[in-house]
Formats: sequence, C-alpha cells, structure tokens
Amino acid sequence: MSQYVLRRLMIAIPSLLGISLVLFVVLALAPGDPFSELATNPNVPPEVQAALRARFGLDDPIYLRYLHWLNAMLHGDWGFSFVSRMNVDTLILQRLPTTLYVIGSAQILALLIAIPVGVYAATKPYSLFDRIANTLAFVGFSLPTFFTGILFILIFSVTLDWLPFVYTTDIKATGIHYALEMIRQAIMPVAVLGLFQAASMTRFVRSAMLDVIRLDYVTTARAKGLGQAKVIVKHVMRNAMIPVVTLIALQLPAVFGGAIVTEQIFRIPGIGSLLISSILSNDTPVVMAVTFVFACLVVLFNLIADVLYGWLDPRISLR
Amino acid sequence: MLDKELRSMIGDVKDGRMDRRAFIQRLAAVGLTAPMANQILAIGGVAMAQSPNPYPPTKRGGGGPLKLLWWQGPTLLNPHFATGTKDQDGSRLFYEPLASWDVDGHLNPILAAEIPSIKNGGLSADAKTVTWKLKPGIKWHDGKPVTADDLVFNWEYASDAATACVSISTYSGLTVEKVDDLTIRIAFKEPTPFWANAFVGAYGCIIPKHLFAGYKGSKSREAPNNLKPVGTGPYKFVEFKPGDLVRGEINPDYHMANRPYFDTIEMKGGGDAVSAARAVIQTGEYDFAWNMQVEDEVLLRLEKGGKGKTLYAVGGDIEFIAINFTDPNTEVDGERSSMKTKHPTLSDPAVRKALALLVDRDSIKKAIYGRAGRTTANYLNGPDDFVSKNTKWEFSVEKAIALLEQAGWKAGADGIREKDGKKLKFVYQTSINGPRQKTQAIVKQACQKAGIDVELKSVVASVFFSSDVANPDTYSKFYADIEMFQIPMTQPDPGLHMRRYHSRNVATKENKWQGQNFPRWINKEFDAAIDAADVEIDPVKRAALYIKGNDLMWQDTVFIPVMHRLAVEASSNSLRPALSGWANQTDNIQDWYREG
Repeated sequence: MSQYVLRRLMIAIPSLLGISLVLFVVLALAPGDPFSELATNPNVPPEVQAALRARFGLDDPIYLRYLHWLNAMLHGDWGFSFVSRMNVDTLILQRLPTTLYVIGSAQILALLIAIPVGVYAATKPYSLFDRIANTLAFVGFSLPTFFTGILFILIFSVTLDWLPFVYTTDIKATGIHYALEMIRQAIMPVAVLGLFQAASMTRFVRSAMLDVIRLDYVTTARAKGLGQAKVIVKHVMRNAMIPVVTLIALQLPAVFGGAIVTEQIFRIPGIGSLLISSILSNDTPVVMAVTFVFACLVVLFNLIADVLYGWLDPRISLR
Repeated sequence: MLDKELRSMIGDVKDGRMDRRAFIQRLAAVGLTAPMANQILAIGGVAMAQSPNPYPPTKRGGGGPLKLLWWQGPTLLNPHFATGTKDQDGSRLFYEPLASWDVDGHLNPILAAEIPSIKNGGLSADAKTVTWKLKPGIKWHDGKPVTADDLVFNWEYASDAATACVSISTYSGLTVEKVDDLTIRIAFKEPTPFWANAFVGAYGCIIPKHLFAGYKGSKSREAPNNLKPVGTGPYKFVEFKPGDLVRGEINPDYHMANRPYFDTIEMKGGGDAVSAARAVIQTGEYDFAWNMQVEDEVLLRLEKGGKGKTLYAVGGDIEFIAINFTDPNTEVDGERSSMKTKHPTLSDPAVRKALALLVDRDSIKKAIYGRAGRTTANYLNGPDDFVSKNTKWEFSVEKAIALLEQAGWKAGADGIREKDGKKLKFVYQTSINGPRQKTQAIVKQACQKAGIDVELKSVVASVFFSSDVANPDTYSKFYADIEMFQIPMTQPDPGLHMRRYHSRNVATKENKWQGQNFPRWINKEFDAAIDAADVEIDPVKRAALYIKGNDLMWQDTVFIPVMHRLAVEASSNSLRPALSGWANQTDNIQDWYREG
C-alpha cells in the first residue's frame, strides 16, 4: 500500500511541474500589462515604468522568468504582487479561510441533501418522491449560480430585506452574535452553491444506489430476513458510496472554480475573487499562484481518490 | 480681452469692492476654472479664501460607523505607490496633504496653517518659491510630532527614481528645504504658475519620516508600514485586506475641532457597480458607493422609493473620439501609424470636420449618459463652467454631406464616398464597455447616412489600455483610423492635461509608444502656446494660452468630444459627503457627517 502511495506521489510531481510550465507560458504570452494604469497616468514618467518593469523582471525572456519563479517557489517564495506590493502567500492566506468556510459549508449542505434524497429515491424508483427529486435535480443543475445568486438577492435582500448581500469579514460582534452574523451572511452564497452541487450529486447517488440494489447479494440479504433499513444502510449504501466518495473528491477542485462566480456576486473575499481582480489588473504573480493552487488541488484530490480506491478495494493498489 | 480689466478686478477684490465669489463667477464666464481664478487672486496678492465651513457637528465622534463601498477595493495603502483612485482613496483615510481642493475649487488647508499667498509671504512674486507653514501641534497616529523634516523627507523619498513612486513627477522638478521646524520652502527651477501641486491633493499625502526613513530607494517595497499606515488623518488604521477591506477607527487627537464625525470607517471592495448602487440606493446596507458606472436608467429605477440617491461631482473628464493623423495601414520601418506617413483621407480637414458633424451628442446623452454627462465642443472642460466660448458643436448629416461634396468626395457605386480612388472607410476602435459600444452604433449610423463606411472594433479594456509593446491593439499604438475612450483630468490645472499633445510627446516606436500624443498631431502654434503657458507667471495670459490650445485642437478637429463626464456617486439620503470635482472622493473625508 505504501509503495502504491509513493508511486502515485512520484507521478504527481512531474504533472505539477508540467502544469506550472504551461500556466506560466500561457500567462506570459497572454496580452495585458500590470502597469497599464501607470501608462495612462500622465503624472508617471516612462522612466519610472521602465524601472518598475526591470525591477519585477518583466523584460527578461520567458524561460529565465520561469526558472526564476520555479526556484523561488522551491524555496517557499510564492512571489510578489505587482499591484499590492506584498507577498502573494500573505494575500492567499488572507483569503483562504473565507473560501474554505463558504465552500466547505456548501459542500456539507450538498451532502446532507444529496445522500438522503438520493438513497430514498433509489429505494423507491419512479415513485412520486423520486420523480419530484429528479425534476428538482434537473432544474437545479441547469440553472447557473450567477442566475440563482441574483434571484436570491432580489428575493431575500431587496424584496424581503431578510439577509445582507454584501459579505463582510468585518463583523462588529463577539461570541454568539458573531457566529450568528457569520451564519446569516453565508446563508445565501452557501445555499446557491450547495443546492447547485446537491442537484448533480443527488442524481449520482441515486444511480449508484440503483446499480447496487439490484445485485444478487442484496437479494440474498433480504432473503435471509434482514429488515429493509438494515439492508439499505449496511449492504447497499456502503458499496454504493465507493464511487460517490471518489466523485466528491474529484469534484472539489471544480467547486473551487464554480465558487468564483458566487464569490463575485456576494463580494466574498475568497481566493476566487482574488483571482478575478488579479486577472483584471494583470497581476500575473497572483494569477499564477492562485491558478497553481487550483492545479495543486486537482492533483491532490486525484491522489486522494487514488488512495481511497486502493484502500476500499485492495486489488487496485496491487496492479 | 481681459488683461486690463482683470487687473482692475483683482484690485477690486483686494480692496473689498468685489467679493471673491463674484470674481470667480465672472472669470468662469470667460472660461477660467475656479481654482485658476483663485490662483489668479493669490498671485495678484489676494489671500485664498478659507472655504465657508458647512460642517455643523459640534463634537468629535458619536456618528457611529461610516460604511463605504468601492467596487474596486484599495490594493495598497502608500499614497506614493497608489496606481489608481481606489488606492489614493484608501490611503487618504489615514494620510493627509497640506491642503486639498474643495467643492468650489478653493484650496482648503489640512495640515497647513494657512494657504500661501503673496500677502502672507508664502508666494514669491516671481512664482519661483512657495513657503508652507505647518499647523503647530499635529501628531502622527503613534504620537510623534509632525515637523518640516517629514515634508523634506517626502520630497526626497518621492523624487528618488529608485523608490519608484507614481508621484515622482510631482516632486522631481523642485527642491524642498527646511526653514524652521514648522516651515518649508519649495523652490522651482522655473517660474511655476501652478505651484499648488506638491504636498496638495492625492499625491500630496505625507508619510512619516521616522517609519519610512530606512525604506527610501530600492528598499521601498520592504517597508512594513506600506500595509500599516501611520498618518495624521481623521481615522487611525485598524485593518487592511488588499482588494477586500480597509478599516479605521476615530483618531481622538485629530487636529481639527469637532472632527471627524464617525466613530469607525470601513471601505469594502469588490463586486460590480450595479450591485454597489443597489447596496447603497436600494437596500441601504452601505452609506456611500464610489464611481457608479451604471446606465442612468438603472440608477433612476433604483432611486424610486430607495434609501439613497446619486450625487454628481463635476470634473474635467472627457469622453472623446480621437482622429489618427497618420496612416495605420502602411508600415514604415516596422511601424504602422508612423510619423513618416499621412492619413490618406483623414488628413483632409473637410473629412475630419464632417466626422465631427456626424456625432449626435444629444442622442448619446439621452440614450446613454443621462445625468452623468454634459455635451460639449471642447477638449478642455473645467469642472465648473470651463467652456471656451469660441467653439460650438453641431449635429447635421446634411451639412456633413455638403462639406464632403464640396471637398470632392463623391458617392461611388456602393454608396461610399471616394476621391482619387480613396474611399471613406474607417476602423473605429474603443474598449469593451456597454456605453462605448452603444455610442459606436449611434455614430456609425449617422456616418452611413453621409456615405462613410465605419467598421466597429472593440478591444478588451485590459488590452486596449495596456502599455505592452508587443500588443497591436493598444490605444497608444492607435492602429485604427479613429478611436474613443475617456481621459480623466487628474488635476485642477490644465497644464498636465494639455501638455500630452505637444509634438514632443508623439507616441512612436522609438519611445515604445509611451508618448501621450497618440493622434500624432503636430501643430507648431499649439506647441508654442503650451510651452509658453508652462512658464507664464501672469495667470491671465496663461489661461488665454490654454484656451487657445483648446481652440486649436477644435479647429483642427483632433478630438471630437463626445461627452463631458461627471463623477457619479451613490450616497444614503442622510449622509452629507464633501465631494469635489477637483479632488478624489475621500479627499475631504474629515468633513463628512450625517444629518438627522
């Protein structure tokens, strides 16, 4: 098993290197200039711009800049934001907790909805409940989050005036009030993101359950006289969850990506909105770092999925 | 006109026969801005009026929180590095200049004890030195006293090219010396009519020497206080998350009586302008939002029954169509739009004049800008009534056609006018931005009627406004026939605004297209006027030179002004912000209060 994990790790490293190279080259070739705002400012003489470009190494050839970046990265230096003139890792660490809080909550909400609904729908296929759940799931993942987000704002903030639609990290309360405020302002973004995730996950749980529920050993279990609940929970769900767990693991990085839109709508200061604003201001070191974090997440969760497979089904790790 | 008359008017003000306001209004009528009128008075020996104080609160604090929403949040808090208004606005909460421009365009003392004038000995008659006195007893937020050494240090810091400050050109052409602990003297190399630039306004904010002294030059970016400002402002720094949040609390030792009114201040960033407008005007979650680049229609809808309103500050920002005087389709020495070429059709003044007649400003205002724009014929639009009286705009397809016919541009078989085998076909480029594409459509339609074929092109803003040399689609390369965007007027003095189009500033391959004269228009008379204005001490003659410059651009149709744009802000109904078209929105933040 440990050899298997090691082997997977060895594959992850060159993939990360490859990804970083591609990202770097694409960013370097992309149009845009971090100093464009200075360029339109008549107060800033061209010499200062040139000095800044030289200082940040923008005039070096791409391969030099990449090697420089890689070397710094290996030493734990994530680079320096042109726009904020501060270290990129500080910027990202400032944003990460918010992202994790919102996305984590949304993911938990999705699981809390998807598993019971999916399981129950699978035990009674084509029942009224199943049909309603299916329809809602279809509607759910057909509606993009930017649409539901604005819809929620119009209903709950503008019309009903129940919830704030600007997410703030600056809540002037302590203890229980702070917690309540944090929950209150997260309700809409978490709901938007969570329901979207729940919709597709429900479909997946349901079909995974249906695959297993028809197998012979389930019939055998029933024939032995086991209760319905016990058969479903102990025999069917456990096996059906194997692909579901993998799916969730692989989907998580995509959730980070999907959250960018939600972060923008609700002004959540997460890494998604950091990415957007950095792209808009051509702050390449930040864009590079954030996209690289996303890439690392994809590789990491792939790794976790691989390991989970190996653990759930030892035959895989032997191959 | 006014040389003699003006002198007698200045005399009248001096002797109290005429009040300042009447003087400024009369100068505005002949096309001078209020700040210029004030500087005229100052140089004429009349002290600058300290603005009437409309600030009613009678004690410090007690106003609760002030919540500001900037849809682009500040990304750094050192005023000398501030790359856009968002950063200047954020820095200004904590740092202060000696003086700032108020609503009427008066200089309003902040850290200065008084505004320099000839009368109080602050200005020299030859316009070569300015003496500023600090108000005594001002302390930095950490309790250390503010002295003349801090001012001298700011000059050294900003004028050092290695520090890479954006404020460098404000400080590099002058020397600053300490007279005594509270007095500095600024000496200019040449007579400098616009003396109120260094230490005034956004780039005038002063940082403390004792915290930045070790970080001058190439070590500038390592200063820990770049992210933790310690200033003199009405609010003390609490927290900063770049692009997201700036937070401050009341400064109990603030140097102005009864100020500030609010106990805490918060500037939240991110999102977009429409939802910012919604959060202030419709739901009232925030007190004030900056830069409402939203269609007027939407704002009017939000204002119905809402908790806030829009406010307008008149500045000099101009949305215009620029005409290329060189040929974008011929390459000379690896350079398109080269100075060695002439535009095949646009070099004919009749064609340029016809184009100007085809821009329907009224429709553009009605359909797009609404309350946020004013129609104008001038490139140089002062915030108040800075209108050169010698110009006027007109929309008339018939006149355009007549003009073209007269100049020999006859309609061809395809309806497009041509002469000597050259067709009136233009590429019209701008950045991607809703109002701009709508304007393009309106102009294109009128051009079609007159037999001019216009191909519309729109480029992503981050590419269009880039200074990237490898990029063919930037506004400064101008590889198109006409192009449109906005130029903000960053100072109340037109010097900087007008100097861009001097022939030495032509954007070429040689200067990596960093020159600001992108129409590549050469006019000796204009150059002479601008050069003369740069060192003209006599404010009246100087103003006349800039008006002449504007009129020359109008006569040659270098720019077709589309709209004089106002700054649009959203404010809750109870908030009384002190906004000025001459300054940044937070430039007078110490005077903000809430009513009722």
